[in-house]
Amino acid sequence: MSTSAAASPPVLEVENLSISYHDGIAHHRAVHDVSFRIEPGEVVALVGESGSGKTTTAQSIIGLLQANGRIDGGSIKLNGTDIARWSDRQLDVVRGAKISLVPQDPASSLNPVKTIGAQVSEILRIHGAASGHALEAQVISLLERVGLSEPALRVRQYPHELSGGMRQRVLIAIAVALKPQLIIADEPTSALDVTVQRRILDLIDELRTEFGTSVLLVTHDLGVAADRADRLVVLQGGRVQELGATKIVLAAPRSAYTRQLIADAPSFSAVARKTPATAREKAAPSDNDVVIVDGLVQDFVRPDGDGKPFRAVDGLSFRVRRGTTHAIVGESGSGKTTSIRAIVGFQKPTAGRIEIDGTDLSQLRGETLRQFRRKIQLVYQNPYGSLDPRQTVFDIVAEPLLNFGRLARPAREAKARAILSRVGLPEAALSRRPHALSGGQRQRVAIARALVLDPDVVVLDEAVSALDVTVQARILDLLDELQHDLGLTYLFVSHDLAVVRQISDTVSVLKDGRLVDGGAVEDVFERPGSDYTRELINAIPGQNRAALV
Amino acid sequence: MSGYLLNRLGQALFVLWAAFTISFVLLQAMPGDAILIKFQNPELGLNPQQIANIRASYAADSAIWVQYVQTIGRFSTGNFGYSVQAGVPVSTMLAAHLPATLKLASLGFVLAAVLAVAIAFVSSLTPFAWLRGALQSVPSLFISIPTFWLGIMLIQIFSFRLKLVPVINPGPWQELILPVVTLAVPISAPLAQVLVRNIDDVLTRPFVAVARAKGATRHWVLWRHVAKNALLPTLTIAGVLFGELIAGAVVTETVFGLNGIGGLTERAVGSQDAAVLQAIVVLSALAFVVINLIVDLLFPVLDPRLRTKAGATA
Repeated sequence: MSTSAAASPPVLEVENLSISYHDGIAHHRAVHDVSFRIEPGEVVALVGESGSGKTTTAQSIIGLLQANGRIDGGSIKLNGTDIARWSDRQLDVVRGAKISLVPQDPASSLNPVKTIGAQVSEILRIHGAASGHALEAQVISLLERVGLSEPALRVRQYPHELSGGMRQRVLIAIAVALKPQLIIADEPTSALDVTVQRRILDLIDELRTEFGTSVLLVTHDLGVAADRADRLVVLQGGRVQELGATKIVLAAPRSAYTRQLIADAPSFSAVARKTPATAREKAAPSDNDVVIVDGLVQDFVRPDGDGKPFRAVDGLSFRVRRGTTHAIVGESGSGKTTSIRAIVGFQKPTAGRIEIDGTDLSQLRGETLRQFRRKIQLVYQNPYGSLDPRQTVFDIVAEPLLNFGRLARPAREAKARAILSRVGLPEAALSRRPHALSGGQRQRVAIARALVLDPDVVVLDEAVSALDVTVQARILDLLDELQHDLGLTYLFVSHDLAVVRQISDTVSVLKDGRLVDGGAVEDVFERPGSDYTRELINAIPGQNRAALV
Repeated sequence: MSGYLLNRLGQALFVLWAAFTISFVLLQAMPGDAILIKFQNPELGLNPQQIANIRASYAADSAIWVQYVQTIGRFSTGNFGYSVQAGVPVSTMLAAHLPATLKLASLGFVLAAVLAVAIAFVSSLTPFAWLRGALQSVPSLFISIPTFWLGIMLIQIFSFRLKLVPVINPGPWQELILPVVTLAVPISAPLAQVLVRNIDDVLTRPFVAVARAKGATRHWVLWRHVAKNALLPTLTIAGVLFGELIAGAVVTETVFGLNGIGGLTERAVGSQDAAVLQAIVVLSALAFVVINLIVDLLFPVLDPRLRTKAGATA
């Protein structure tokens, strides 16, 4: 991707860096003896799961460790000068000018009460790079450079008036404003839709080539790293597991951990978990269809009341055979969530028919609707938010049993215990509260809660999107196993096509509330029926490696 | 926007009506009334017929609902009626006592805001952990001090011991110094607490890290990014605290012998002067409602996110 000039010194040289956090009692080492270097114009990816120390390492380079963090040893050399122990005052000159940051979450990374123009011009003002009319002209040209339409209008807008992708472009404009030598991109696209993600990464690549900037790309997504980085630094538990040229690391990983990461990354797995022949057959209508959606329409009244309703879902139809997995794919605003809410009976559709296991949903009212809900259960994306922090795991899982039917306490207990061991949670987890569990364990609890009522259909709303790849792979294994053993039908809502391809039999692709593609997964992936589907498939990261293997 | 405004105005009118009605019912439910207290005094030597005539002139014995409708009708035109005890129009009495209270309350509120902002910002800016700890414990100390005790202590220390502020024949501003401090201290405590918490909360937001990554100093970030975001939720609390301010003013005026609405309230309660009390309740409710209406209308001005219509963002 780039050529590193051997003559010039590295832009960044991290040597034996150790960092620890103080938790009020003692220091806990989070980063152990990490060393790597970044040459001019090079992209180096720090890859690892949550807790691997990748973000801590990145924060220490720009001098923005959390207040309870400290550098215990080692050096961070910027152009040969060690800045590891510099004061804030010294670092203020470096930050923004020599090293800049593209943050993770564009939604919360811009000040909500300041205009875009004020936030872009700020970096120029802090470093005295421009003032007056020159300042405004430079801000507009920066916004134009990062591909924002109508930059003169954007200058006066506030962050909430821009989409996630546009906000990330603004943050990139800020990061490149002073043509720094190094940009730290901390999970720059993990909060964005795949097609937006691709365009943003392309933009970073383009600007890097134009300005000769080096990039430290922090990511948990090996696919993204494979596509974009010249070299990889694989971190686990704060230690470097493997380091080297991207192609070599991916083609011949030396550490067991890297091999595991590659095996678990959905974008790399060439084989689907389902066998194509049966999947294709499952796409045909049959008497054994447990979910039938026919011509679903959902309108919302606009709050500003010009009388014309907003059509969130427009004529969606699909059928799902018992014991199979149907994926609903689309970007934010495509109508995925709205469709799901109608299917589980949370809201009455404007038009169309929904049939679950032979029951027409529109006929259900009050108590019959409540009883129907045990047939179809939901697992949400965010296991932190969907579990009551004050309940124990046992209470969380047993609660649905209290709501439906009158099982005696011993029977309830036995049932909850059985289901928890079914989802692979240790007995000891029963009395814990959600905060004491890992992300993967929390999602297992959420799955157990959904299964405790013996539902026919489980709706998985982005249920694995927030998890690290290796954890995600284990949860997908579990879902597979449960489907096989219990004959469950899954409705799998996701924006991640790599995962969808792995685990679904059939798929519906939604755009602006309409079905643009549907059918057996391999048909849709191999012969996409719409440009949109093709764009989605091309945006899946990790395809460089797929070509390489 | 106009829907928002109409909605808030409607709520404000409802609050006023409710305050009027509840206070009217409570004042009517009290045994005895101002006329009996004043004119049944044996020293006046009035016979029952004369008392009955006086009662008739005040329409004191007509049906409650007739009085209610008449009073609400008068109030809506700004006519607060006559004080039985003083024998002058209530509006004249209010006009005489209101300026002192307005001065006390507004100065008290300004001082409370200044104290709260000082405590919050100095504690977040200071590099010394001990100072930060000390400043952040100040609000809980302030909030537990009773107004009457603080007033007396301030007089003891500053007037009698240190002789810094005269109590005998003070100037028009001198006499306000200690009452304003007394009033401001308990109001500043919850403001400071909320502000400290909001600043800490805003400091953890990602946009603060982005601002630091631009090379902004801690001061720059605090004043240009954190301040406005942290002050927004504090504004709501400030509106609610206005009620405390009114209650505090009554006690403070009594302690310092100031001739304001507080003193007037105290005397009107003693003589069961229902007309005066009714007017004071409605006036306080009006002030409270107007202040909170202003706060509600300020929000869209200060926070651009509230300016666009709901649902217009995509």
